Amino acid sequence: MGVKRRTGGFYLRVNPILCDGFGHCHELAPELVRMDEWGYPIIDKEPTPLSDLAALESARYAVRGCPRQALRIERVSET
Amino acid sequence: MLAHELPRLLFGTPGTPLTLAQHEATFAPSVKVESLFNELAGSGLTGRGGAAFPTARKAELLRDQRGHHKVVVVNAMEGEPVSYKDSTLLSTNPHLVLDGAAILASIIGAKHVIVCVSRDNPTAVGHVQRALDERKRAGSRGPEFELETAPWRYVAGEESALVHWLNDNESLPQYRPQRPNVLKISQHSVLLDNVETCANVGLIGRFGAGWFRALGTRTSPGSILVTITGAVERPKVLEVVPGMTLRTVLSFADADPDPQALLLGGYGGSWLDGAFLDTPYDNESLAPLGASVGAGIVVVLGREGCGVVETQRVVKWMANESARQCGPCAFGLPALSEDLAELSTGSRTSTKALQRLEQRCGVIEGRGACHHPDGVVRLVRSALHVFAEDFMSHARGTPCLGSRAKKYFVAVPQLEHEHELIWE
Repeated sequence: MGVKRRTGGFYLRVNPILCDGFGHCHELAPELVRMDEWGYPIIDKEPTPLSDLAALESARYAVRGCPRQALRIERVSET
Repeated sequence: MLAHELPRLLFGTPGTPLTLAQHEATFAPSVKVESLFNELAGSGLTGRGGAAFPTARKAELLRDQRGHHKVVVVNAMEGEPVSYKDSTLLSTNPHLVLDGAAILASIIGAKHVIVCVSRDNPTAVGHVQRALDERKRAGSRGPEFELETAPWRYVAGEESALVHWLNDNESLPQYRPQRPNVLKISQHSVLLDNVETCANVGLIGRFGAGWFRALGTRTSPGSILVTITGAVERPKVLEVVPGMTLRTVLSFADADPDPQALLLGGYGGSWLDGAFLDTPYDNESLAPLGASVGAGIVVVLGREGCGVVETQRVVKWMANESARQCGPCAFGLPALSEDLAELSTGSRTSTKALQRLEQRCGVIEGRGACHHPDGVVRLVRSALHVFAEDFMSHARGTPCLGSRAKKYFVAVPQLEHEHELIWE
């Protein structure tokens, strides 16, 4: 039993071919996903630290909420 | 063949390809090559399809893949509308290309080679077919060759689109999140190289890395094929040595000695100001200027032309050639094209179009499955930089003289309607 240490970060990645611009991800994870003028998601190229639990949670909501299943969370270890 | 002599790749006459016997006689191996892979690695050959990726590293990645049935794909799709180098090479010496493909196959352990030629280029298809028949009749050893004819689209020559076509008859690029990524044709790993790259591998296999390095610079050894069009007396395909100045390269085609700008690399390449004619023509020297050799395309823009209009024409065509799979490309490129159209006519609202254009470039970049939108963004950005003054005068509603003269230098194919584009 111990405190789980959260190091490293994660990316929210979108498959641009699958994505049809429903915009659910922007609703579910506004802190991670911006929207371009055509309604397609713009996601930061920098990883978000895993310690940002709120962001991770909304990223998970976005992944589950995507009607095209175009989103994925990719973990990166600390460099 | 002497190491310091050109032509290497274009030995012979374009249009009358060397027969197998002639080819064997001209390119008689001069050194005993111990390990083909070591020679390839030592040669420092980079890919000639546009990205200039080290060929040996790509071959190494594929060599280390598991599986018995690997495939070598020779890419002769030549998607760039202003490029003729691949078909010129195939109509001069197709056997050199096939040699190179066979060498690559033996390096990675493939038994199968697929040569992909665009079906809209029947001459090249014919040359490859004849060369393959000749080899079959002569009973040449080596891998099994196959000729495939894919439809011609700008993105059809992109590696994942070509592999997708070979798999499912659809020339659409695929999403590949992990890098490096190994493409597969029904679960068999694929090594995909440009025709010119293969021809160079053929030379390296026969004469060795030292011979190959006798021409060119340290970082870009060998020779490169260049298609020169635009404000030139005789548009043609040339074999040049990297490191020559652009001025020398242009003089071979009797180009306008004082051009306004050059389009380097291709439709997804970049503009270079005509003031930089003394830059050596190789990737290392062009990189600080934001340009690259790319697919060996040089379009000369004369003084009487207008960079804004030329860029607009190219971007409009490129937007139409989008596979329309990814939103940022399907919607973003037409938006760029509209902004440019507004600027090229020049009206009072054009200042806004200029701001929008700059902002949209940043939004679109890096958000497609392939690099088609990135290429267009690169072209637009370089245009904004090189033709900055012209853009300003267009935005003020006073288009430059060139745009009114309606004299065009960059050859752009006719726009096809969205429903007429053939992808399979």
